[in-house]
Amino acid sequence: MGAPHKTRLLPGFGLSLGCTLFYLSAMILIPFAALFLKAASTSPSGLWAAISGPRALASYRVTLLSATLGATINAGGGFVLAWILVRYRFPGRRLVDALVDLPFALPAAVGGIALAAVFGPNGWVGRLTYPLGIPTAYSPIGLTLAVTFVGLPYVVRSVQPVLEDLDPEVEEAAYSFGATPWQIFTRAIAPIVRPALLSGFTLALARGIGEYGAVIFISGNTPLSTEVTSLVIVGKLDQYDYAGAAAVATAMLALSFALLLITNLLQSRSRAYQAG
Amino acid sequence: MRIKPADQRCRRDDDDPRAGSLWLRGGLIALGVSFIAFVVLLPLLAIFAEAFSKGWNTYWTAISSREARSAIGLTLLAAGIAVPLNVVFGVLAAWAITKFEFRGKQLLGTLIDLPVSISPVVGGLLFVLLYGAHGWLGPWLERHNLQIIFAAPGVVLATIFVTLPFVVRELVPLMQLQGTDDEEAAYSLGATGWQMFRRVTLPNVRWAWLYGVILCNARAMGEFGAASVVSGSIRGKTVTLPLHIEILFNDYNAAGAFACATLLTLTAGITLALKAWAESRGAAAGNGRRSGGLIRNAGGGAAVRR
Repeated sequence: MGAPHKTRLLPGFGLSLGCTLFYLSAMILIPFAALFLKAASTSPSGLWAAISGPRALASYRVTLLSATLGATINAGGGFVLAWILVRYRFPGRRLVDALVDLPFALPAAVGGIALAAVFGPNGWVGRLTYPLGIPTAYSPIGLTLAVTFVGLPYVVRSVQPVLEDLDPEVEEAAYSFGATPWQIFTRAIAPIVRPALLSGFTLALARGIGEYGAVIFISGNTPLSTEVTSLVIVGKLDQYDYAGAAAVATAMLALSFALLLITNLLQSRSRAYQAG
Repeated sequence: MRIKPADQRCRRDDDDPRAGSLWLRGGLIALGVSFIAFVVLLPLLAIFAEAFSKGWNTYWTAISSREARSAIGLTLLAAGIAVPLNVVFGVLAAWAITKFEFRGKQLLGTLIDLPVSISPVVGGLLFVLLYGAHGWLGPWLERHNLQIIFAAPGVVLATIFVTLPFVVRELVPLMQLQGTDDEEAAYSLGATGWQMFRRVTLPNVRWAWLYGVILCNARAMGEFGAASVVSGSIRGKTVTLPLHIEILFNDYNAAGAFACATLLTLTAGITLALKAWAESRGAAAGNGRRSGGLIRNAGGGAAVRR
């Protein structure tokens, strides 16, 4: 970290930055170094074998697919929720507003067992769906439910402030010029909301990809069909296959990193929209 | 309580052309409400229904057993260490990031955000690879008879790791907005660094700070993935409350698992109530958050960028 560009007026630069760097080194940099060292000390062929093993490969597909599906459901449901919270007043509105934050405040493991209780064969919903031949738990459906649960707040809370800030005059003007509600929505509202919706989608997706606590209680954890990548890592650790765990974790980090880049790109675009 | 613009608009539903027809309005409300009812409300109710399904006695036995008490103790210990450390770190990091210009600020921001951008399981794995028996520092720790992994210190470390960004991510956007004028005035008028910090900076960010503490604590008490990797789940020793719930659930003791889950659910309820309070106070003081979410500008990494 180089010298500051201008003369510093305030005190505490060395102290605060020094402590920050020390803490980050101890808590983040050195642990990450341990991971990369472990991955680097494994032979490339061994590394590749662990990353591209059949269970690992299937888990990437399962993880990405369920997270994408969950984030898509949240994009639709979350947009509707944000819309009704901002625009309409209805009984229970405050309760709905509070419930939106619950998946974020509630420990994921608690959410996981609660979902398993509701959607399992003997649960309130499972009792209705299982006789119809729809396994709502211990199946890809259960897995999707879990990632939908943990990702729910992200889309709502990304879209809500943008909807609140919409200038009413734009819509009123469009209306008085004879635009239909659908035209107003697609031409005046959708373009402004789209970046926020996309960034909420990406955040829900990232959360879904990394999710472990909520998932393992309801997905059934069947190798090749509902086993997520986090669980593959835990499985390798349980067999003391540290190199394999490090290899799969590195692959997962690459994925998370790509998503982080996309998120930041979308957010700078979103901010450009709001500023302009 | 501040009246949101949303509320003013809502009052005009009936004569507002933007509200759409009654059918559309009703349909959207029904859709949104049933979505959240299925995904969030039903599971929430199920926690309490299952917890009390075998009566009060079973409930009380489950939450007061020796193992449950030890799990509660370890959870409180981990949060009690992680939260204060991350608060001090959060204030220092936010000070460096928002009051000074230096190269590598973006990189610093990315680093700070890492723990929330990766799977908690990977977070736990980092510490196993560093301090575990086969890890980098494993042999050295063993020679000195220190155990971190599969022991309480590992759980504490993992908790610190996953909750690291929460306070700093609340402080940075607000302090960036406030700039350096107030502090510079105080400092040039002869205040010492500490006086300036205590009398000017802290009061300015009080509510955002409290907000970060609430989030950090909620996450610390509920952490599961990272803790489960480093804890080894030794009953009565390295088990936190969420891990205790997992053990009971896998032992087919659902009532017991849900009984313990009600404790964490109540904590989540208190978190949401405190959050609403900090938000309304912050809004009143003009230095809080703008919108209702628990997620600050929904930002993976946006906090530190300009």
